[in-house]
Amino acid sequence: MSATTTHDEHHDDHGPAKGIMRWITTTNHKDIGTLYLVFALAMLFVGGAMSLVIRAELFQPGLQFVNPDFFNQMTTMHALIMVFGMIMPAFVGFANWMVPMMIGAPDMALPRLNNWSFWILPFAGTLLLSTLFMDGGGPASGWTLYPPLVLQTGNALPFAIFSVHLLGVSSIMGSINIIVTIMNMRAPGMTLLKMPLFVWTWLITAYLLIAVMPVLAGGVTMLLTDGFFGTSFFQAAGGGDPVLFQHIFWFFGHPEVYIIILPAFGIISQVIPTFSRKPLFGHDSMVYATASIAFLSFIVWAHHMFTVGMPLAGQLFFMLSTMLIAIPTGVKVFNWTATMWRGSLSFETPMLFALAFLFLFTIGGFSGLMVAIAPADFQYHDSYFVVAHFHYVLVPGALFGAIAGAYYWLPKWTGHMYNETLGKVHFWLSAIFVNLTFFPQHFVGLAGMPRRIPDYATQFADFNAISSVGAFGFGFSQLLLVYVVIQCVRGGEKASAQVWDGAEGLEWTVPSPAPYHTFEEPPLVR
Amino acid sequence: MSTNLRKHDFNTFLTALVASLLGNPAQAAWEVNMPVGVTDASAKIFDLHMLIFWVCVVIAVIVFSAMIYCLVAFRKSKGAVPATFSHSTTAEIVWTVIPVLILVAMAVPAAQTLVEIDDTRDTEMTIKITGYQWKWQYEYVGEDVSFYSNLAASSNETRQLRSGIDPFQEDNYLLDVDRPLVVPADTKIRYLITSNDVIHAWWVPDFAVKKDAIPGFINEGWFRVNEPGVYRGQCAELCGKDHGFMPVVVEVLPREEFTAWLAGQQGGAAVASAATAR
Repeated sequence: MSATTTHDEHHDDHGPAKGIMRWITTTNHKDIGTLYLVFALAMLFVGGAMSLVIRAELFQPGLQFVNPDFFNQMTTMHALIMVFGMIMPAFVGFANWMVPMMIGAPDMALPRLNNWSFWILPFAGTLLLSTLFMDGGGPASGWTLYPPLVLQTGNALPFAIFSVHLLGVSSIMGSINIIVTIMNMRAPGMTLLKMPLFVWTWLITAYLLIAVMPVLAGGVTMLLTDGFFGTSFFQAAGGGDPVLFQHIFWFFGHPEVYIIILPAFGIISQVIPTFSRKPLFGHDSMVYATASIAFLSFIVWAHHMFTVGMPLAGQLFFMLSTMLIAIPTGVKVFNWTATMWRGSLSFETPMLFALAFLFLFTIGGFSGLMVAIAPADFQYHDSYFVVAHFHYVLVPGALFGAIAGAYYWLPKWTGHMYNETLGKVHFWLSAIFVNLTFFPQHFVGLAGMPRRIPDYATQFADFNAISSVGAFGFGFSQLLLVYVVIQCVRGGEKASAQVWDGAEGLEWTVPSPAPYHTFEEPPLVR
Repeated sequence: MSTNLRKHDFNTFLTALVASLLGNPAQAAWEVNMPVGVTDASAKIFDLHMLIFWVCVVIAVIVFSAMIYCLVAFRKSKGAVPATFSHSTTAEIVWTVIPVLILVAMAVPAAQTLVEIDDTRDTEMTIKITGYQWKWQYEYVGEDVSFYSNLAASSNETRQLRSGIDPFQEDNYLLDVDRPLVVPADTKIRYLITSNDVIHAWWVPDFAVKKDAIPGFINEGWFRVNEPGVYRGQCAELCGKDHGFMPVVVEVLPREEFTAWLAGQQGGAAVASAATAR
């Protein structure tokens, strides 16, 4: 080791490097958390722009703006970007920032790996977006990438698959880091069952990721060899089985749904007690419910495939196992409600988003129960009812969870209070427009409108027009979030260490903004 | 996009909005529910759908009332003092056991319906459906009748990018074909379904039939239509650029009329098939 290196390391201990190199070379969990969150916010607008192309085309019947093939590329890329580029990185960003601070650790256990798992993302994301400009356009098979259709993709196919591989590598490394950190770096006295629920949900999410990302990677690799190396895993003409891919995909895909929602459950479980000024009701049963949901997520996958022609026994099994998920999910909703019961509630922006989550995620849960019923699913499947269902759990569910978390911890991150008035305006615009966008989709779906179509029969016109108005309103309302965040980073009322009078946990014992290094000496947890 | 078209749509939108606010349910455009359909199976599925829907509504009323009560009654601004309890084993057991009972109560009729739908015995005739990018082929097994069914020419013209033709002027925009599938009423019809290229799905909401057409597989199912009439549906599985443009139209004739129709087809089947193949 040279003297210079030693000096640099010494220097780092006092604060970040200057300029762009700070962000490229950083191994600090807070810097990397910020990078993830900024990346996710940028991708929210990229994926959101694509959804507005979709909603513009669907504003009225007939084709006005884009041809059907480009429309299909938009539905595909919108989903891939929102799932892999926006919501997953957003929650990894929260994990990076908050997990070490919540368990009293100085940093993540594997800081270099942490840097690498973030910096793969911009490259993977750019690669994925670049497929739109390739010969034959981007993938247009839906994010589910079902063969044989996906094999009709032009030059983009190997690039899209490689990008999915990279995103998977990034997720797996991030998950390993989170598990190792939680298992090894908790402050003395922080036993597993004392951990805040956000840490718990992320621990379970990380195991889910490690279990299923390799399954997806295997599946898409088999697509790649089918497409370019003459294998026939999924091609009937060569003795393969197109449905096999669907089983592989949804064995990944269903746990993926919980990978997206569990961290949001965690955030909501932090926010509701804070603004109810009362401890989380049934902390341990929340942990067990989360673990049960994670376990069940592995045995329900074929409920995405009720129409492929499964044997009766298979349909019955997947219907019944899916219905079971309602039980632990119900426990969570009841526990959040019981947390508010006889509390002392106030309605700052994070709480407003958490409450919208509570009501609207529950609506998504109800439609989830409906689509679980296999015979009825013959009608719901691949209709706009399903689109409405999963957007209710993903947008006012997962995304509102992330936004609640952002407002909740923004003062801790920046040292400033955000503008509460603008936050509330942002909330009301989001809450109204999200319902305007997605609620009518239940109706057109039940009335018979299939999903993933660029044009529709005239009887669906009115609800689609409303939905499009809602989507544009929702999209542009999110610019307000960006404005509030930038304003808060630049200045504002000084935030105290405690920030929220009802907040509990180690992250509120350090000053705001949280110093570059926290808990170099582990705190003692009672 | 023509301004006229836009204006037209906006006007329809406003009219419809006003109509719905005044409680006028006459316009089909504001259909909000699943069709009851015209088969026993579709009626059973509709009942099941409404059963789960009302179960969800009842649970929603209870849960949301509790939540709203919290928001109103336990406000800090009204001087609410927080309690300190953090668990109650009894409550937690209650709200685990009650959902279990509700789910069991729902699983029973659901499973029964599933078993009934799955019963393909005693069918009286068989039709083979093959999906193509982007049309359907119907084959009357053992009858030597087979033809393709494409999107109707007028819809096809209107749906072109910036065609300038108003879709509202068409009777069944995107839901009409050149040759519909013709089947008899009051007959248990078995269908075999497969695909020639990618995965499609044959969906007729009024029959509550949706089944994937998968290359290399032959799926089967059945339907028995009680009411003669014309029933419309669409491909439900993304199958490429014209996925939205391969409708399903089924014309259900009284049995005698169907027999006559079939006899007529058997004479000129080969000619008809050659004429419509694209």
